[in-house]
Amino acid sequence: MSEESYSYNRHVIDYIQQAAERGVYDIRGMGAKRRLPTFDELVFLTASLSRYPLEGYRERCVTKTILGTRKAKRPVELATPITIAGMSFGALSARVKEAIGRAATAVGTSTTTGDGGMTPEERQSSKTLVYQCLPSRYGFNPDDLRKADAIEIVAGQGAKPGGGGMLLGQKINARVAAMRTLPEGIDQRSACRHPDWTGPDDLTIKIEELRELTDWEVPIYVKIGASRVLHDVKLAVASGADVVVLDGMQGGTAATQQVFIEHAGIPTLPAVRQAVQALEELGVYGQVQLVVSGGIRTGADVAKALALGADAVSIGQAVLIALGCNSRHYVRSAGGDHAWESVDVTDEYRHLGTEPGFCHHCHTGRCPVGVTTQDEELEQRLNVEWGARRLQNYLNVMTMELSTLARACGKSNVHHLEREDLVALTVEAAAMAQVPLAGTDWIPGKKSY
Amino acid sequence: MASVAPTVEFDLDQISLRELNQFLHHDLGSGDHVEITHPNGRHSIAVGIDADVDVQIRGHAGYYVAAMNKRAHVTVHGNVGWGVAENIMSGVVRVKGNASASAASSGRGGLVIIEGDAASRCGISMKGCDIVVGGNVGHVSGFMGQLGRLVVCGDAGAGLGDSLYEAVIYVRGQIASLGADAREEPLSKSDISALVELLDQAGFAHEPSEFKRIASSRTLYHWNAAHLGSYG
Ligand code: SF4
Repeated sequence: MSEESYSYNRHVIDYIQQAAERGVYDIRGMGAKRRLPTFDELVFLTASLSRYPLEGYRERCVTKTILGTRKAKRPVELATPITIAGMSFGALSARVKEAIGRAATAVGTSTTTGDGGMTPEERQSSKTLVYQCLPSRYGFNPDDLRKADAIEIVAGQGAKPGGGGMLLGQKINARVAAMRTLPEGIDQRSACRHPDWTGPDDLTIKIEELRELTDWEVPIYVKIGASRVLHDVKLAVASGADVVVLDGMQGGTAATQQVFIEHAGIPTLPAVRQAVQALEELGVYGQVQLVVSGGIRTGADVAKALALGADAVSIGQAVLIALGCNSRHYVRSAGGDHAWESVDVTDEYRHLGTEPGFCHHCHTGRCPVGVTTQDEELEQRLNVEWGARRLQNYLNVMTMELSTLARACGKSNVHHLEREDLVALTVEAAAMAQVPLAGTDWIPGKKSY
Repeated sequence: MASVAPTVEFDLDQISLRELNQFLHHDLGSGDHVEITHPNGRHSIAVGIDADVDVQIRGHAGYYVAAMNKRAHVTVHGNVGWGVAENIMSGVVRVKGNASASAASSGRGGLVIIEGDAASRCGISMKGCDIVVGGNVGHVSGFMGQLGRLVVCGDAGAGLGDSLYEAVIYVRGQIASLGADAREEPLSKSDISALVELLDQAGFAHEPSEFKRIASSRTLYHWNAAHLGSYG
């Protein structure tokens, strides 16, 4: 049998032939799918003789997290450092937004609006809601601004740093169109540059404007996609941000060009370390909080991000997965209290040209499990109560995993996890995270530890 | 006897911007008249007002003056920096001098009048507000304008109306060039009456028929015949 080319393998051949056939580039949802360095390449040096562990389940381990202490009168106080990332109404249905809000409120964390503005459903269901100020300014208004518990200026996103977004016409129903002041059914471009500021000097003035608009009450976050992290974090801090939100390359999107998702920005692992370095070099570590997102999947990921110096994380794709994304079934109420029955939708995945477990077809608006859709029939597939309970479970599990690891490292507060608690399993991860390679005291790029 | 609305005076050399804005947010009486002196180019003056008041700013203002305005009538007796009346919701903002970049960007309602020139990206991302510029506008004005009307009594810089959605631009003078997807269209009766109304409100005595209408040719839209009616 003849050998498959490495450079021109079947995927590359398919890509070239599709491009030649259709003359358009691929647009898709979710995040990078190629192999990237992840937090899996780090492990904890938990306690034994040289460190004392805390008794799991008995000794207290604080998970309380406070964001926005630098200048705001009312910092955001959360019961867990795991927050929910900005996802737009338009990409998600109002039901999904409500389920997310309910779960977040139950576990004491924050949710975030997205491109498209704030829905009453999410404001009502979310105790702590972060309001995004995006380049498109779709749905942006002073009334919702004043209802926010924090404001997040989005300068970039990990899935597409330097690029704008796209909401394809099939997802623009009457409500989405009205919120965005655009006709129904047309493809909506989300700009990559803000209409009223350019660069860090302007951003300083923009942040001050938002503070004046909200009487200096709530924290201002600045979200950046991870690329030139060291410089960008410093500029965000210099511009006056209370919180820097750093979204790594694994971060998801509702829809953007595939070429962006797979080829732009840097992974979350090296990005966190650079962001912490930037805060340390400016002497504002602990004063300006760092929230990290992009590929946070487990309590272990959260613990590692915190140990590297983050104050909190935020999750997006994992939220959707908890709500049933890429699952073979959706569930519907079977009448009695909390009785559910599963409905197999494998055929609908196939109809989209995919399979459960492989789907990234959020951009089509035909989500088989009713998560990323505006279709009246499909969106009913997400039962709000069921979804809220699932997400609440998932957030609780991650928080417990996090505190379990912290206790095992001898910490009575998850925020006491530190870089010294970590080693790397690969030279690459050791270099990126600047922690020693396991079994050595060698940190690549440094002479000794 | 009709009561005369009280005048409240703020000298920005004497009080802080924060005190001024907090007063405007929380302590205004309906129909109040507010005089602001010595603005000296400060940023974010009179942002986020939501009241039926008249505000006079005596001098130049910096970025974002009268941003997100609701209901208030704000007049700046001078020039303004970037993003005057950005995201305006309603009310009227008048600039007696020139405006820098991104005037009335993402404005959703109300009327913004620039008596002099406006720099680049005037009306960028506008979402329903009206803008009347007495002089010229800079390049890429009206970029991605979604809804509302931009009236330019002078000339327009390059790339006018690039990637327009449903906003409409009227220009009396020369247009350096049109941006992607923008095209000139004939003036209809409703355009003429819109111009009459807007020029009258702004206080400019130009002949409406002298203006050109620029709108989106919608070739960048994702066409869907089922929704054709929504395009107007
Ligand atoms: S299952 Fe739904 S949410 Fe998940 S990738 Fe597919 S379309 Fe997107």
